[in-house]
Amino acid sequence: MTETHTPHAPAADSAAVLAVEAPVYDCRTVFAEELAALARQDERVVVVCNDSVGSSNLVAFREEFPDRLVNVGIAEQNMVGVGAGLANAGFVPFVSAAGPFLTGRALEQIKADCAYSGFRVILCGQSPGMAYGELGPTHHSVEDLSWLRAVADLTVVVPADRAQTRAALRWAYTHDGPSYLRVPRFKVPDVTPPDAPFEFGRAQVLRDGADVTLVAVGTLVSRALTAADRLAAEGISARVLNVPFVDPLDRAAILRAAEETRGLVVAEEATLSGGLGAAVASLTGQHHPVPLRLLGVTGFAPTGSPEGLLEHFGLTADGVHRAAREVLGLTSSAS
Amino acid sequence: MDIQVLAVDHSAAADYRALRQAVRAADPPDAERLLRSLATEVRLTVVDMIGRAGMGHIGGDLSVTDILVTLFGAVLDVDPEQPQALGRDRLILSKGHCAAALYATLARCGYFPRSELTGYMAPYSPLNGHPNRRKVPGVETNTGPLGHGFPVAVGCALGARLRGDGARTVVVLGDGELQEGSNWEAAMTAGHQRLAALCAVVDRNRLQQGARTEDTVALDPLAEKFAAFGWEVRETDGHDHGALRAAFAPSTTGRPVAVVAHTVKGKGVSFIEDRAEWHHKVPTKEQVHAAVEELTR
Repeated sequence: MTETHTPHAPAADSAAVLAVEAPVYDCRTVFAEELAALARQDERVVVVCNDSVGSSNLVAFREEFPDRLVNVGIAEQNMVGVGAGLANAGFVPFVSAAGPFLTGRALEQIKADCAYSGFRVILCGQSPGMAYGELGPTHHSVEDLSWLRAVADLTVVVPADRAQTRAALRWAYTHDGPSYLRVPRFKVPDVTPPDAPFEFGRAQVLRDGADVTLVAVGTLVSRALTAADRLAAEGISARVLNVPFVDPLDRAAILRAAEETRGLVVAEEATLSGGLGAAVASLTGQHHPVPLRLLGVTGFAPTGSPEGLLEHFGLTADGVHRAAREVLGLTSSAS
Repeated sequence: MDIQVLAVDHSAAADYRALRQAVRAADPPDAERLLRSLATEVRLTVVDMIGRAGMGHIGGDLSVTDILVTLFGAVLDVDPEQPQALGRDRLILSKGHCAAALYATLARCGYFPRSELTGYMAPYSPLNGHPNRRKVPGVETNTGPLGHGFPVAVGCALGARLRGDGARTVVVLGDGELQEGSNWEAAMTAGHQRLAALCAVVDRNRLQQGARTEDTVALDPLAEKFAAFGWEVRETDGHDHGALRAAFAPSTTGRPVAVVAHTVKGKGVSFIEDRAEWHHKVPTKEQVHAAVEELTR
């Protein structure tokens, strides 16, 4: 699958190159389009939200399907419970709210009403990661992957671009169980091939490589691809593994990478205590220990723009590039 | 480990259908006699289950029994042969710690064989201390943490309205449970949406785990609270089957119906009645005998 993605030229300032050369997109647009398409084909599709019709980009949905959008007001616990009740009633509810409030405020409802009860409730975390930038850590959704990976029977999906956002919605609609999807607001380029399969629990090799593996999700995927370009220019062959299913993890793809390359870098816009990096570390540590570097959000963010905060935490092509060289022993660790 | 899923007991289900038909056809005194006898059966079963398991929440089980019996015996349109039928009425026991009363009632209605009740809370039994819909037919959603059943019931009622089949949703709440804020989020939504086919029943026994509700965080005036949230409110004796049945009549105002059912925790067993310590105290063998003796007197 090498070179099937949008090519990224090696450059000193890769973030700037991406911004100039590759168009980037707010994935809420395709989220709304795909949701409306599903609603047109299946009258069981309904939406529940918490006064977030605008921020979830659902104004058009409400106009087209006024009876099938339930705004429960600013009440996230109720919102998730209502979603479970609608599933009980034979509907396919998409519960949409800003990620931090959906997951943090309603965590017990996600556990008991959706996962433990086994209802197909599709939890759509809007504006995840640090997309709310200057609004601060109260509005950042960086704990969601740690919190939700801890819940049994709940699938956790982090789409990387527009195609994966569409695919994730379609997949969740057919999946017999609850799921949590991040809906990217921070603009991302298209990084996955348009015809790429999107299979339950499967990772995608976006670029093959033999020296080191860059495991990335969401906003970090394009940055990992840029880092791989820079490594290639230095004669280092980097595999780029996109893991849209953070839980359940594609154990085989991770262990294959651990066996076939000399080490792994995992990069995510999430806390390190229990997200994708922790999952990869737990798996490889127990079954195939290899040098590993985990990049993520390491504390409450200072005031900053989404882009600035990604830079603050080293979640850039530079950061991934440096971590890959550290894994290979070519650069000593700064810390 | 296999997940054990219980299946219908056809003969018990037939019995239940006959009983429900008899209750509906009978004059009020006869209907009440039938429901009273059903309630005694359920109470005896609860005492036996908890005595056997050495665990359970006997006080709340005995206070909610008449509510459950009236609902299944005279109100709900359900068929234990088809527990997943889309247009069924739905009963959600939000006070999930009173699972024993629910299990005893469901088994009596034939949702699963009565013999399973002896396994209540035993290792690997489907009859957990809190109800699990994935294992026990008739359970609509998994409850246990308080404040969960009400929002799910609102979702069920919204769904019924979208389907347009007139199915009713009844959620049974503990009174102490109403200290959880999520209930009031749900009450506000239901009032705003005018979910007339939703009924919230409060088992108002005035005791919570360690003390009286009014000495902990007062709930009164409870009826007024629901009314302020846009509900049609009915207060009733929660142990009078005729009065309960009347309180469960459909909404007359187009608003959701709240039934504040005044009950006695531990109802039917004098040494358990209205005592905070019997929230989850377990009767000794002698106390089980004494309870059975009193209930069958």
